[in-house]
Amino acid sequence: MSESDIVKDFLIESHENLDRLDRELVELEKNPANKGALASIFRTIHTIKGTCGFLGFNKLEKLTHVGENLLSRLRDGALTLTPEITTALLDTVDAVRQMLEHIERDGSEGERNDGPLIDTLTTLQQVPATQASEQTRPSIGEILMERAGVSQEVILQAAEKQKKGDPRHLGEILVEQKAVRPSDVVEALRIQQSSRASGGVLDSSVRVDVHLLDKLMNLVGELVLARNQVLQYGKKIKDRNFMAASQRLNLITTELQEGVMKTRMQPIGNIWGQFPRTVRDVALACGKQVVIEMEGKETELDKTIIEAIKDPLTHLVRNSVDHGIESPEARARAGKDATGRVMLRASHEGGQVHIEICDDGAGLDSERIRQKALGKGLVSAEQAIRMTDRDIVNLIFMPGFSTAEKVSKVSGRGVGMDVVRTNIEKIGGTVDVQSRPGLGTTVHMRIPLTLAIIPALIVTGGSERYAIPQVCLLELVHLEAEQAASRIERVHGALVHRLRGRLLPLVFLEQALGAEQSRAADRKGAVNIVVLQANDQQFGLVVDEIKDTEEIVVKPLGRQLKGVSAFAGATIMGDGKVALILDPVGLAQRARVIGGAAQRIVKEQERTAEEKAGGNRQTLLLFQIGQSGRMAVPLSLVARLEEFPRSAVERSGSQQVVQYRGRIMPLVNISAAVEVSGLAEEGAGSPAHSPLQVLVHSESGRSVGLVVDRILDIVEEEILVEKVGQRRGVLGSAVVQKRVTDLLDIHELLRLTQPGFARAAAAGD
Amino acid sequence: MGEHSMTSAHQFCTFYLDQLLFGLELKGVQEVMRSLEMTHVPLAPAVVSGLINLRGQIVTAIDLRRRLELQVRPAELLPMNVVVRSNEGAVSLLVDKIGDVVEVEDSSLEPAPEMLPPSIRSMIRGVHKLEDKLLHVLDTERACEIAETDLVSANE
Repeated sequence: MSESDIVKDFLIESHENLDRLDRELVELEKNPANKGALASIFRTIHTIKGTCGFLGFNKLEKLTHVGENLLSRLRDGALTLTPEITTALLDTVDAVRQMLEHIERDGSEGERNDGPLIDTLTTLQQVPATQASEQTRPSIGEILMERAGVSQEVILQAAEKQKKGDPRHLGEILVEQKAVRPSDVVEALRIQQSSRASGGVLDSSVRVDVHLLDKLMNLVGELVLARNQVLQYGKKIKDRNFMAASQRLNLITTELQEGVMKTRMQPIGNIWGQFPRTVRDVALACGKQVVIEMEGKETELDKTIIEAIKDPLTHLVRNSVDHGIESPEARARAGKDATGRVMLRASHEGGQVHIEICDDGAGLDSERIRQKALGKGLVSAEQAIRMTDRDIVNLIFMPGFSTAEKVSKVSGRGVGMDVVRTNIEKIGGTVDVQSRPGLGTTVHMRIPLTLAIIPALIVTGGSERYAIPQVCLLELVHLEAEQAASRIERVHGALVHRLRGRLLPLVFLEQALGAEQSRAADRKGAVNIVVLQANDQQFGLVVDEIKDTEEIVVKPLGRQLKGVSAFAGATIMGDGKVALILDPVGLAQRARVIGGAAQRIVKEQERTAEEKAGGNRQTLLLFQIGQSGRMAVPLSLVARLEEFPRSAVERSGSQQVVQYRGRIMPLVNISAAVEVSGLAEEGAGSPAHSPLQVLVHSESGRSVGLVVDRILDIVEEEILVEKVGQRRGVLGSAVVQKRVTDLLDIHELLRLTQPGFARAAAAGD
Repeated sequence: MGEHSMTSAHQFCTFYLDQLLFGLELKGVQEVMRSLEMTHVPLAPAVVSGLINLRGQIVTAIDLRRRLELQVRPAELLPMNVVVRSNEGAVSLLVDKIGDVVEVEDSSLEPAPEMLPPSIRSMIRGVHKLEDKLLHVLDTERACEIAETDLVSANE
C-alpha cells in the first residue's frame, strides 16, 4: 500500500467518523450522562490524532490533541458539558473537516489559523491537560464508578492527589483509601483491556469504487433491454422451450437488477445524520428551542439520488427552524410547548420514496403569500382569487419568491425554494407543501428510487410511441365518444375536462408535438386522458392509445436535441426501436398550460400596459344564472371564488348563511334577486347535488356571498354599457364575447337584499 | 501539417450528397451502416432526422443534405448512416451513397472554391482535386453541430 493509498483510506475513514461525531456531540448535549457517546467521540478524535501524527499532518494533530484533552476532562468527570464546550467541540470537528478537505485537494493542511480555537479549547479545560495516553479505553475511574459503586467525588479527590504529585496509580490510591477492594481494581483493569480489544466491530463489508458500481449499473441496464427484446421475440415465435428459458432470464435479470441497485443503495439516515447538528446551530443562532425527530432513517435510496437531495433537504430543515418554528415566547403565547419540533419522515411507497419534513410552527400565512406573489407579478389578480389556499402556499416554490422579510444569517441567502424544487425535479421527483395556520407546515417529497431504470407508461401519439415516467402519473381517464363530446369543454379558448369538479386543462399530445392542429381537433370517438403532475399543477394529456407500463432504461439525448424541452431522454423498447421519454413539465410549458414565472411576469406587464392604453377595458367575471342567463361583474369587486357543499348552508332567521373563514357570511341568490334577460321560469339551473358556486364580495371587512349557477369565464374586453329598460340589480347590458350580457349592479343588489350590509359598508367608507 | 514530410497522407471515407463527393477523415469514422429504422423527434431542428438504436446506444442522426442546405433527398432514396465519433459521442450522418476510401496527400488540399455556397464553404476544410472529381473535405465537428438559430427555433 503506497503512502497516497494510506492517506486516501485515512480520509475516507475520517469523513465517516466526523459525520458520526456531529451526531454524537448533539446527542451528548441532550443527554450528558451518555458515557457511551462520550467514549466513542473520544476514540474517534484519538484515532484521527494518532493517524495524523503518523502521516505528518502536524496542524491537524495539534488541534485534535487539544480537543482530545478537553474530552478527556469530560470523560473523567472533571468537567461537565456546557453548550460552550459543545460549540467548541463542534467547531473543532468543522476545522478538522476543512483540513481534511484541503488534504484531499492538494495534500496539504492549508493555511488556516487554529490559534483562537486552540486557545478556546484550552481555556475551557481550565486545568492543564493530563497526559493522554490511555484515551482509547474508558478510564479506570469510570469503570470503578460503574462497577464498584465508588462515588464521583472520591475518584476526583484521588485524581486531584495524582495531579499534586502522587506517583501512584489511581487504583492504588483508592485501595489505600479503602474506597474499593483490590479485586475491584483488578476486575476494572481487565474490563479496560477487553474494551480496547473490542473497539471495532469486525468489518463484514468491502469498499468498492463507485465507478465500478456505475459500470455494473450500466451493464444491468443493457441487460434489461436485451431481456425486453428476448421476451418480445419469445411472444412472437411461441416456442415452449424458448419461452421457459426467456422466463428464467427474465427472473434472473430482475433479481440481478435489484441486487446491483441494492449495492448503490444507502440509508437516508446517512444524510439525516448531520441534521441534529444543523438544527442545533440554526436554533441557537435564532434563539429558538427545537428538537428534531426522525422516522424511517433506514429507508434506502440510490447513491446519486441521496447526493442530489442532500442540499434541498438541508435547506428545508433550516427553513423549518428559521421560519417555521416560532420563538419560545410566541409558542408559549400560543399555548404550545416552548420547544418546537421538526419531524423527518421517510418511507417507501409504490416504487418511490416519500419524504416529509414537518414542523409544528406557525404555518404559512397564505394571505401574505398571495399579496407577495401579486406584488411580484408571479400570478395575475384573476389567478390569485381563483387559487385555493393549498395552491397559494405552493407559490413559495416559484422563482423569485422569498417570504423572508429580512435576510437572516441562516436562510434567505438566495438558495430559495425554487432551487429546492428545481433540484428535486431534476431527479424526477416532486415536492409540495401543505400548511395549517398555527399548527405547522409539512413539505412532502416524492423521489424515485433510482435514476437509471424507471417504470414508465407507454402511450402512442401520431405514429410514435412515447414513455411517460410513472412518477408524474396521477391517473388515467377514458371517455367514450358520447361522454367526450359533453365532458370536454372550451373555456377561455382552451380545452378542459371537468374531472370531479375541477377543471383539468387538456393538452393534445400530437398537437403539442407540432402536428397539424386540424388532425387533433377533428378527432371523434373515445378519448384517452393521462392525468399528469407538472410542478404544482395538473393537466390532462390526450393520447391516441395507452399501452403497457414497462421498466425503461433512461438514456440522455444528444447535444443536438438538448433544446427540445418536451423530452427528458430516450429509451430503447423491446422491439429495438427508440422511444422518446416525455417531460411533463416541458410539455405543459410548451402547450402554455403552465407558465414559467418569467412568462407570467411578461403577461402581467402586457396587461398593465394595455390597461393604460385602452381606457374602457375591464376585466369581467362572466357567470351563468339559471340555465341561460348570462351576467358579468367587474372582477375587481370579487374578492374570491368559492365552492360550498349545499349541506353547508345554514339559516339565520330568514337569511341563508354559510360559515366562512370563521365568520358567518350571508348568501344572496342572484337569480332570485335580479331581473335578468333570457331567464325563463325554468327552475334551478344547476343540479341539486352539485356544490354552490359563490362569488365573495367584501367591503369594509365584511363579506357577502353571491350565489350563481356557473362560473363561465374571465374576460378582458372593452365594453359599452347600454341601458335597456330599468331592471332590478342590473346596471345595463353590454356585448361581451359577442353575446349580450347583463352587468350586475352589486351595490343595488346589496341595498335591496342586505340593507344592513350596505349601511355598514357605507358607514365604513 | 504538410510541412513535416511530403509523403504525409490521410485516408478519407467518401460519400455522395446530391451528386457532390464529400469526404470525412477515416479515423473519425466509427462505422458505416445501411439505412436503419429511425424514430422521428418532433419539435427537433429540421437537420435532425431522428434517433437510431446502434446496438443499445441511442444515436442522433443528422441529415447532411439539410445541414449543407442542399436539395432535400427524394423519399425513395434511402440514406446510409456514416457514424462518426464527435466530441460529444457518436453521431450518425445521413448520406446518399457511400463511395470508396481514398488516400490523398495533405499537400494537395486546396481552399474551398469561391463559387461554393457559403453553407458548404463554412463546413469544409478544403478540397482535393481527384482525377475526375472534386473531393470536399468535411470538418467532422462542424458537421455534427446544430446551428444556434436551429436550436432556438426548436425551443419555440
